[in-house]
Parts: sequence; C-alpha cells; structure tokens
Amino acid sequence: MSPFLRVNNLKVHFPTDDGVVRAVDGLTFDLEKGKTLGIVGESGSGKSVTSLAIMGLHRGSRAKLSGEVLLDDQDLLEISDEELRGLRGRKMAMIFQDPLSAMHPYYTIGQQLTEAIQVHEKVAKKVARTKVIDMLGRVGIPNPNKRIDQYPHEFSGGMRQRAMIAMALINDPELLIADEPTTALDVTVQAQILDLMRDLQSEFGSAIIMITHDLGVVAEIADDVLVMYGGKCIEYAEVDSAFHQPDHPYTWGLLTSMPRLDRLKQDRLLPIAGNPPSLINLPPGCAFHPRCAFREFAPCACDEIVPDLLESYPKHDSRCHIPVAKRADLFANVIAPRL
Amino acid sequence: MFWFTLRRLVSVVAMVFLITATTFALFYASPIDPARYTCGKNCTPTILEGNRKALGYDKPVLVQYTNFIGGLFVGRDFPDNDELKAQHPEQIVHCPAPCLGYSPSQHRTINEMVGEAWPISLSIALGAFILWMVVGVGGGIVAALNKGKWQDRTIVGSALVGFSLPTFFVGLVLLTFPAIKWGLVPIPNYVPFGTSPVKWAQNLILPWITLAFFFAASYVRLTRAYMIETMSEDYIRTANAKGVAKWAVIFRHGLRAVLTPIVTAAGLDLGGLLGGAIITESVFSMHGLGYLAVHSVTTMDLPTIVALVMIVSTFIVLANMVVDIAYGFIDPRVKLS
Repeated sequence: MSPFLRVNNLKVHFPTDDGVVRAVDGLTFDLEKGKTLGIVGESGSGKSVTSLAIMGLHRGSRAKLSGEVLLDDQDLLEISDEELRGLRGRKMAMIFQDPLSAMHPYYTIGQQLTEAIQVHEKVAKKVARTKVIDMLGRVGIPNPNKRIDQYPHEFSGGMRQRAMIAMALINDPELLIADEPTTALDVTVQAQILDLMRDLQSEFGSAIIMITHDLGVVAEIADDVLVMYGGKCIEYAEVDSAFHQPDHPYTWGLLTSMPRLDRLKQDRLLPIAGNPPSLINLPPGCAFHPRCAFREFAPCACDEIVPDLLESYPKHDSRCHIPVAKRADLFANVIAPRL
Repeated sequence: MFWFTLRRLVSVVAMVFLITATTFALFYASPIDPARYTCGKNCTPTILEGNRKALGYDKPVLVQYTNFIGGLFVGRDFPDNDELKAQHPEQIVHCPAPCLGYSPSQHRTINEMVGEAWPISLSIALGAFILWMVVGVGGGIVAALNKGKWQDRTIVGSALVGFSLPTFFVGLVLLTFPAIKWGLVPIPNYVPFGTSPVKWAQNLILPWITLAFFFAASYVRLTRAYMIETMSEDYIRTANAKGVAKWAVIFRHGLRAVLTPIVTAAGLDLGGLLGGAIITESVFSMHGLGYLAVHSVTTMDLPTIVALVMIVSTFIVLANMVVDIAYGFIDPRVKLS
C-alpha cells in the first residue's frame, strides 16, 4: 500500500532575470496518517516553498513545479484548480507562521472560521457558528462565544495562533502543514501550542508536516526529521536516530549552535561559519562544502561532485562524501563532547 | 461615535467661518472697487455712491462681514441701507435665511441663483461619479489581476491617456463629434430629472463621460496599485489555503481591503465636484455652480464669489468628515473617539 502522502522528486524552480532559483531541487519523502514529519533548515533552505507546493499555492505564480505530490494516490500537481480548491482547507490545511498578517484584518475571527466551513459544506450559519465556538474552545481560547465576534487585532499573539490552528482544523483535515507555527510566540505559549497540536493529532489522527528551524520543536513533536539545505534534503531519519546519531556536518552545526542550559557558561556557542547559499548560485558539488569544517575527510572533491542521498543506517539517509564510519567517529569524538 | 461626529461638526463650522472670513479679507484687500463694477459705462459719481450705499459697501468691512454672517442665520433685506429702504419700500428684496447675499450683476438673491444651478451640478457630479467608479475601479481590478499582460497594458495605457488629456479637449471632442456632427446624442441642454429622466440622462451623458474619463484614469491607477499590493498579502494566501473560490478571494478578501483608500479618494473627489465642475460646465454651457463661479469672476460679482467659495469649501470639509466617519465602519481597527 502506498503511503498517505508521497512527495517524489519534487522540484520548485523560479525563473528570474538573474537565473533560475532552485528553491526546492528534488525532494522525496513519505508521510503516514497519525505521524509527524519535521522539516528543518535555515531561512531560504526551501522549507516554506515545499509546503506551499504541496498546498498548490504556487499556482498563478511564476514557479515551475515538477515531480509528484501524491495525496491518497492523487497527484496534486496534476489536478485542476477547482479540484485543488476542494481539497484545500478540507482534506489538507495549513497553519501559517504569522497569524496577524495571515488573518484578514477586516473580518472577525468568527467570520473567517465560518467561511472556512461554508466553503466546503452547505450548512446554516447558526450550525457553523456553533461548530466554530466549539473548535475555539477546544484549542484553548477562553470565552469562545464572546471572542468569536472579535477581530484578529483584538487577540493576543498566542490566542491568534490558536485561532489560526482552529481555522486549519475546523474541517478535520487529514494532512496538516504547520509553517513555523510557534516562531512568533513566547516559549511558554510555544509549549502550549505544541501540546495542543499533539492532542489534536491523537484525536483526529491527521498527518502533520511541521516546518521549523527550531530543533527543540522537532525533538518535541516529530516522528521523522528531514533536514534541508540549499533546496535539497541532506539528512532524513527517524527522530531518535537523527538526534542520537546525526550523520551530516550541517546537522552537527545546527546542534552545536543551539543554546543549552546545562552547558558551561564559558563555552561559547558554535555557529556555522559563513552564510546560507544563494539559491541562484549554489556552490558546485556539495552545496554545504564552503561552510563545512570536515571536508578534508572526504575521499573525493566536495566542490566538484554532488553527493547522493544514501542510507547510512537503517531508515537514516544522508548526503555526504565522508565515509559513514568516519562520520560516526567524528560525531562521537568531536561533536558529541560539545553538545 | 456620536461625540466624534459632534466634535467634527463643530470644527467644520469653525473651518467654514474661517474660510469666509479669509475670502472677505482678501476681497477687501484687493485694489478693485466692487461698486465700480455695478455701474456700467455711463457711470457718474452720484450713481456710483448710490450703488455703493445700496450694496452696503460703504460700511466698515467688519460690519459687512457681521451682516453676511447674520444673514446666514436670520435672513436679510436688500438694499443694505436703512435710508434707501425707507425711501423705496417697494424695492426691498427679502432674502430668507440662510441668506447668501445679493448679486448686483444679476439683480437677484444668490440663493435663487444657487437654487437653479445646484441641481445641475449635482446631476453632473453624481452621474459622472457612478460612471467613473464603475469604470475606474473595475478597470483597476482587471488590470491588477492581469498584471503585466496585454489587458493590464491596455488599461494602464488608456488611463494614462485619460489622465493626460485636458477636460476641455475631451469635452470639445465629445461635443463636436457624437453630438454635433454625428447627432448620436442631443447637444447638451439641461432637462430637470423631474421633467423627464430619460432626457435628463441623454443630455447629461456627454458631461458625465468627459468628467468620468479624467477621474476614472486616476481610479484605475489607485485601484490597480492597492489591489496588486493586497493580492500579495498573507491573508489572501490564507483564503486560498482555505479553499475559497477564486472570485470570492478577489472580491470578499482582496477588494474589501482596498476599499479604504478608494472610499477616501472617492469621498474627497465627490465633495469637490459637488461645488461644480468649472471646465466641464463651461464647455457644455451647463449653468451649474461652476459656470456661475466663472461668470461671477468675470463680472466681478463679489458677493456671489464669497457665497460660492463658502459653498464649495463646505462641501469639501463635509466630505472630509464623512470619509473619516466612514473609516470607522470600513476598518474595524479604527476607533472613532
């Protein structure tokens, strides 16, 4: 049986005057219902572009898409606009990063959530309203029957994000894509929102794609992790394996640059040197090689040959020229002591 | 809301008084003797002084201004001189409140003149307004949704033409070809709406098109610019992600957000036009407020000029107020207090 969601060799390219921006360049992953995939990467690594591509939100823009996005064996890149609009918000829904700009400033929360129901279902306003109040209560908004008539600007950041989540969940979607849902929030609220998403997932059994640059969030909620760099997947593994045996120098960089309470104060954080690459002008060979501290261990020229995504351990793929045994050795002796 | 409106109304009244006072002051600071214009070619000093007395120009400026303001509230009688009133009681002209004054060149009260001219200006303004809103906003939306394509280029190009051609030129072309040479429409001659709505519209269609041509151009550009900006907003993406139908995304989500700047511009433009469209009215010989203003300037009919300045400024100030109040209804983030 094929998985619920299969993304196969997805490419999203934007032709511009300066050249082709390869925002996503051959991405492949599977996701089952009830599971959560965390997609991690720096700004500009192609995370958000991937999520918009799955939702079909690149249509009408200059983006050129290829590959397959199979949701229940239906290729979302091939279906008509009308069919796609029928799926959006019902079968698959999306939570956006900044709920203040992602909600319409001129309509009340209630109007926006009711619309989300009525687009897909012919129900009376009263019925829809009851459903909205119920959903607002479930995502933890106090006094939902009063707050339903308020505007987004009258909500606090955390409440707004809850309303956004309620809007995405209102039609019980089977696939939920959350694009940095907690980035704009306080840590305390962040934890509540993550708990909420986990509770709702166990209730509805939906598949979740969690897009984030926060490894803490991934560790908290994901079953699988996919690390993106320069539009490509560079490491794809189950969450335990990804954190206990990270297998790519970039992932090591992400881990060592994360602040931790139990680390000694005099130990400085170890940022990854350099800047994320320009997607128009990707470095030749491995896109990460100019910033890689371990390229000397590679048996071949990192700046000439693009490494393939290969299985290093069972269900753990990575894209690096350095031999697996050497990487395991480097992680155990150089990286792990710094974590 | 109530207190906001009341406060704004008070400032409207204050503003209008300030404008009339300034107009009065300018008027008397000028070296022109208003009485001289009231006594034709064979002017003798006796007639000149007589006219001056009859029109009240012999009194100090402040007294004249007070009389003018008083007339607005309680009405006035002309001639503006007790002696003359006593001598020729049969010649007294009563001007009921709100009295705008007496026109020496037309020999009647300005209220009568404005009463005749105002429906014409109102008809021209309202018809043109509807026409340019439909064409301008509609064109702007179509252009924005087809940004960069031939539809966009055509619409923006025509808007540039509309914006660049002077009103008197467009008016004369329309008058010459469809009306005079081709006879498609009657040569404009105002027919009151009450007499015949069809003839009213037939006679006004050319002035409407002339004015709308110019205004629609700026609304195309305004709507297009705001629409393009809005359609790239995050909340439009959210609407699409919810599965909202394409037309509903454009109108319910996109246009709704563009309403604020459009209403602002529309309110102010309409407010300005209600005081008369000077060039359009002149080209089509429509005797509206604009035509009256030109006429009173060429004949140095100062009381009429003051009255018209007051009317026009009142419309503009009121339009500003209405737009501000409208904000409170359009944009829930605006609190009127």
